[in-house]
Amino acid sequence: MPDKPKVPGLFKGLGVTLGILKDTVVDGANTVQYPHEKEAPPIRARGVIALHEGNCTACMLCARSCPDWCIYIEGHKQLAPPRRAGGKPRQVNHLDRFDIDYALCMYCGICVEVCPFDALFWSPEYEYSEPKIADLLHDKEKLGEWMETVPEAPELEAGAQKK
Amino acid sequence: MTSLSDRQQLSYIASQAADARLNVELETEGMTLNIGPQHPATHGTLRIICRLDGEQVIWAEPSAGYMHRGYEKLTEVRTFPQVTTLVNRIDWLGSFANEVPFILASEKLMEIEAPERAQVIRTILFELSRIANVSLFLGDLGVQMGAITPVFLAFRDREYVLNLIEGATGGRFHPNFDRIGGLKDDLPKGWIEETRQVMVKLRGFCDIIEDLLFGNEIFQSRMRGIGIIPADVAKDYGLSGANLRASGVDYDLRRDQDIAMAWDKADWKVWTHPDGDAWARCWVRLQETRESCKIVEQLLDQIPAGPIMTKVPRIIKVPEGEAWVSTENPLGEMGYYVVSKGDLGPFRVKIRSASFNNISIVPWALQGVYVPDIITILASLYFILGDIDR
Amino acid sequence: MIQLAIEIPYWGQSLLRVLGGLVAVLLPAGAIVYLFLFKMMSFMQSRLGPMEAGPYGSLQLVAEVGKWMQKEDLAPDAADKSIFKIAPIVVLLSTFLLVVVIPFGPDALFTDFEVGIFYALAVASISVLGILIAGWASASKYSLLGGLRAAGQLIAYELPMVLAVIGVVIQAGTMNLQQIVVAQNTGEIFGWGGIGNPYIFTQFIGFLIFMIAVQAELTQAPFDMPIAESELVSGYMTEYSGFRFLIFFIAEFATAGVFALLASVLFLGGWGIPFDWFGWTTVDSVDNWMNIGGPLIMFTKMLVLTFIIMWVRFSFPRFREDQLQTFAWKVLIPLALANTAVTAIFKVVF
Repeated sequence: MPDKPKVPGLFKGLGVTLGILKDTVVDGANTVQYPHEKEAPPIRARGVIALHEGNCTACMLCARSCPDWCIYIEGHKQLAPPRRAGGKPRQVNHLDRFDIDYALCMYCGICVEVCPFDALFWSPEYEYSEPKIADLLHDKEKLGEWMETVPEAPELEAGAQKK
Repeated sequence: MTSLSDRQQLSYIASQAADARLNVELETEGMTLNIGPQHPATHGTLRIICRLDGEQVIWAEPSAGYMHRGYEKLTEVRTFPQVTTLVNRIDWLGSFANEVPFILASEKLMEIEAPERAQVIRTILFELSRIANVSLFLGDLGVQMGAITPVFLAFRDREYVLNLIEGATGGRFHPNFDRIGGLKDDLPKGWIEETRQVMVKLRGFCDIIEDLLFGNEIFQSRMRGIGIIPADVAKDYGLSGANLRASGVDYDLRRDQDIAMAWDKADWKVWTHPDGDAWARCWVRLQETRESCKIVEQLLDQIPAGPIMTKVPRIIKVPEGEAWVSTENPLGEMGYYVVSKGDLGPFRVKIRSASFNNISIVPWALQGVYVPDIITILASLYFILGDIDR
Repeated sequence: MIQLAIEIPYWGQSLLRVLGGLVAVLLPAGAIVYLFLFKMMSFMQSRLGPMEAGPYGSLQLVAEVGKWMQKEDLAPDAADKSIFKIAPIVVLLSTFLLVVVIPFGPDALFTDFEVGIFYALAVASISVLGILIAGWASASKYSLLGGLRAAGQLIAYELPMVLAVIGVVIQAGTMNLQQIVVAQNTGEIFGWGGIGNPYIFTQFIGFLIFMIAVQAELTQAPFDMPIAESELVSGYMTEYSGFRFLIFFIAEFATAGVFALLASVLFLGGWGIPFDWFGWTTVDSVDNWMNIGGPLIMFTKMLVLTFIIMWVRFSFPRFREDQLQTFAWKVLIPLALANTAVTAIFKVVF
């Protein structure tokens, strides 16, 4: 139970606000003057999803596991040249369309997690708001551009087991 | 409209009639005041219909449902990882704490347990969510009472905790980090040291709030003796969390339950208060925040080395069965009853959210109080609309 | 009047007086809003406040005025239209009437009433009417609750204000505000005339009571039940928008400034610095440059007092209505009466 304060609580409260006033004048405020200054988000921050098209095989796992069904994938099978001379041409999946609708996206990360071919990556980039909501549908090219902003995975804490 | 019960329809008609009477002639007894659904004091879209006699409440009834998002229906057509994502958003301030009981229930059905390291980190993140949630409560308490400064301090110091959660999980408000069998990722380097520093800052914040708000005589005169809820009434209405402990009932699921989390590894105390008034509820929450800082600091020293996830198949199918797990969430007791039929997703999930039961006491508690005290009592009960309406 | 090189006709003097009145009311309001509401409140909350409009946000008030003026002028359907529109003007009117009687310098004053302080206190209560009108005419339950609370609170706190001032009047021996300033600056405290006799020292209890009553008259926290933002949204101001809300907003801070000016006249020595320092004896012997220096000194003193008012506003939660009334009737009024009695005894004995 809190005991009776020696200095009346009213004055202590006044002292606290005056102290914060002094701290702000001397040390500066705790706020960041966005957009003139920007804070860097942590490495793992979920800003936008980037697509590495070379790895994608249009297996549709990400589109199926999205809770909002915001990933639109279209692909077709085509014949690729054989790996070594004299072999058979092999059938590969070619990606025609890979759109993520960021107006629906919940930023949950399930798609990035389930991709078996490491084609999707998180990037901490967050400044991509648009005046028209239809422009929030990022197509294959735009998702490929986000790949440049994907950072290296951070080092893990001591005691972690390498996967 | 057709599924409203008779009683609800009658109360709606009665309040409309009372409104009509006021507009036609001066009625000196009984004014119907609608607090909400848009109102600065309710944490969201809660509507409380009060009949007033001057400034005293004769009759009050909360009308929830403005924010109903159909969680339990949504979970019927989602897989387990997707449900984990959705469930983050029930109590949006205590983010990680929503996922934990659901994952624990699923793990119970699968009869697996997360490795030690995952359990300890889960508990740390759980307590960090509690600190984030309750520190906002402490700030918001000031605003409800009229002191506009504490809420900015609360947001300032809560940012540190949110940055920690973002550093580990990638999301500030919706971490989506818990997985059946463990956690998604391990902690990034430097996180433990940063968390230690943040806990020091949070203790400083608790001290500032105690000086600025709790020590203030005006605040005490507004809160002491208001909204007294005796222990048996609290138990009857199903209150939980700090509301129950402030009425003197010594019940904390972290200590009284044996589940796969690491609270027993730390040395901490359960705070109760015998009074049961608004002051007691707020004071208990302040002390619990300090206690959470203590738990986090102790657990940071005890993270064992090891894997972060047990061996689970890539595509998880939870075997048939039913399981109920509830934990001591920041708002109270939150539990999930998961029914699975062996599919990729649950067959049915029943969510027992703390705030829904906490506001069931509002009609009883608001009898005969003044209008300012309505705000005091609501503020001290502390509910989040997403938790009430799901 | 001041002896100037040119002869200003009477209509010119009236025009100057009107302009001076506007400046005397609006300049403190603007300064208080910027310095204290925007900047001091923000610094106390560990943030910077408005920074974009003008250097360090100094033009934010201009931006706010522009914003409010271009908003739609709404009125509820069921509102009593003519009274609804008059209410903000009544509140601002009392502020202008109040500033008329405050002296800013030895010759820089608008009028010189013999019963200046009596008039000031009477006129200060006109704003109560404005608030009541606003609350009733808005035809909204929240506004009604706010207006009724305001009625009870403002009337209750008029009494301690008046009683606290009586002590000053007894000590000065006059109700004329200019003479009160002179009395403070030429007086001595128990025989020592080093800093004159600002009544804040001898009338400390009266000063405290006056400041608390002013805080309540301005409906600032901890006495802001009529506004009570977390319950009544905005109390009596809920249904106002656009230009009318702007008038309420400016009136709130202008009244704060004017009450602080009044308090500095009554308790801090007004526009003067102790006459001993310059060898003046009566108000006529004060140099002419005090007509410029006087307003500046008043402005500074007003800022100091407003700092205290705002500091308390940003730090404390609010009282409940019945606690408010108990405080006024059972604590402040007996204290003020006791203060009056003690002052009277001291005046007769010493």
